[in-house]
Amino acid sequence: MPVADTAPASLVDVAYLVTAICFIFGLRYLSSPKTARLGNRISAVGMLIAVVATLAQGIVNWWVIGSALAAGAAIGIVSAQRVKMTAMPQMVAIFNGAGGGAAALVAAGELLKVYGTNTTPTYDVSFTSVLSAVIGAISFAGSIIAFLKLQEVMTGRPITYPGQQVVNAAIALIILVCWGLVVANAPNALAYFWVALAASFALGILFVLPIGGADMPVVISLLNSFTGLAAASTGFVLGNNVLIISGALVGASGTLLTVLMGKAMNRSVTNVLFGAFGAVKPSAPGAAGAKAHNVRSVSADDVAAMLAYANEVIVVPGYGMAVAQAQHSIRELADQLEKKGIEVKYAIHPVAGRMPGHMNVLLAEANVPYTSLYDMDDINPEFERADVALVVGANDVTNPAAREDKGSPIYGMPILNVDKAHNVVVLKRSMASGFAGIDNPLYDDPKTVMLFGDAKKSIDGVVAGVKAL
Amino acid sequence: MTAHLLTELTVFILAVFVGLEVISKVPTTLHTPLMSATNAIHGIVLVGAILVAGAADAPFAPVIGFVLVLLASLNVFGGYTVTERMLQMFRPRAQAPKPPADQP
Repeated sequence: MPVADTAPASLVDVAYLVTAICFIFGLRYLSSPKTARLGNRISAVGMLIAVVATLAQGIVNWWVIGSALAAGAAIGIVSAQRVKMTAMPQMVAIFNGAGGGAAALVAAGELLKVYGTNTTPTYDVSFTSVLSAVIGAISFAGSIIAFLKLQEVMTGRPITYPGQQVVNAAIALIILVCWGLVVANAPNALAYFWVALAASFALGILFVLPIGGADMPVVISLLNSFTGLAAASTGFVLGNNVLIISGALVGASGTLLTVLMGKAMNRSVTNVLFGAFGAVKPSAPGAAGAKAHNVRSVSADDVAAMLAYANEVIVVPGYGMAVAQAQHSIRELADQLEKKGIEVKYAIHPVAGRMPGHMNVLLAEANVPYTSLYDMDDINPEFERADVALVVGANDVTNPAAREDKGSPIYGMPILNVDKAHNVVVLKRSMASGFAGIDNPLYDDPKTVMLFGDAKKSIDGVVAGVKAL
Repeated sequence: MTAHLLTELTVFILAVFVGLEVISKVPTTLHTPLMSATNAIHGIVLVGAILVAGAADAPFAPVIGFVLVLLASLNVFGGYTVTERMLQMFRPRAQAPKPPADQP
């Protein structure tokens, strides 16, 4: 509840200020892998301070709160420790959704409390309550759909139907009208609030449905940003600065990442969200069905020989590496090659995988030193010097059509210049085209060879080959 | 708009700028842990959850209060644990080898 600004500051408010500072330092220390862990712990200490301070101020319903806290902690910690690193994006989506749902319920609760006392909420409170509920519910529902897509419970392909945008716009309009009615304190305002909440839930589902798997890094960042903003908004409802500050930090971070991801695909965020990428028909010149490919398929031993006599090898990981859990095998291969004095580097495209930095965290899991991982801009000039570019389960981010073919739907997207390397080895499950059904001329390049099969099995075969040489 | 709301809005805007400033220094290699770390931070909504569910005039049935605090608590504990697990794995070349024993 807002207090008069002249009231003396309570110890609780001081504690909240300390929390806010802890969060800022926590994020600050994330600027280097060396200090990042310390940062996360500082942030956790800040959280602890805030929660203890909150519990200390005349809370009733102890058994409810205590048991809910304990249950949440148990489920959260156990699942976070058990989850495989490859399943990290969906785990983050679930926790994000939980936060969004909580924010929506906090706003609902606060509004109910005001109506329960038969008073009219101030415009400030009613406006921000609906705001929290709307963003929180969108984030909650959107995160669930993102989870289901990432977990492959439902198809990762975009789900589209005619009139999709119209339906979404209509729902958005309903939300806005209800929002206005609640703020204007129309009769039955509470009913309109519930309608707005339900409509937001529906909108959250519908807006993630048409977004395809490869666009998930954008969606995950955006949903993260939404939950942050929802939390900030509940801070306005409750008159609580620590919620406002923390929510603003998260909202800023999520927005920044969303924009970065969009840039890395050369697409505006609006285009990602409303473009339904998979629905775009590739306009390849004279394309009638898939183009006949003229590819060279080789064995693991051939690849081993190529790698063993190289001076420099650049590994280009993609989502296929995550699916096959091939990161440990890749690390083993790199060890073998480095033993022979061959330099191994990793080229990381910003949108490779299903969340920002997804490849980095998987390779880190396999103990690849982060100093060997290179961003797109740093590694691109290097391909010309590389003897072999080893593409592991990456497709669209290596497609030279993005650079050359104006008719290609991904034209203009910055790519890794894999085709500049002296030799290219592509590990792929089959010749099936990438996510958007776009042909990749890289595979027809005379200096490209293909090694078909599960990425992990293929790499293990190459490792055996290198060892035998 | 009340003066109080304006003050809060000021705090919000300034915090956004601090956020942008701090986050823009995070290297790409740490973007996943960053997402996860900020994900844990918005778990601060737990404070709101406790305030609403724990008030003497709690507006809804205990079971909803339970769900509310549970969701927020899940966000906090899960978020920090996942982030910690990720960050443990980032090593410079010097200390690299030897896979950790705690692989699930």
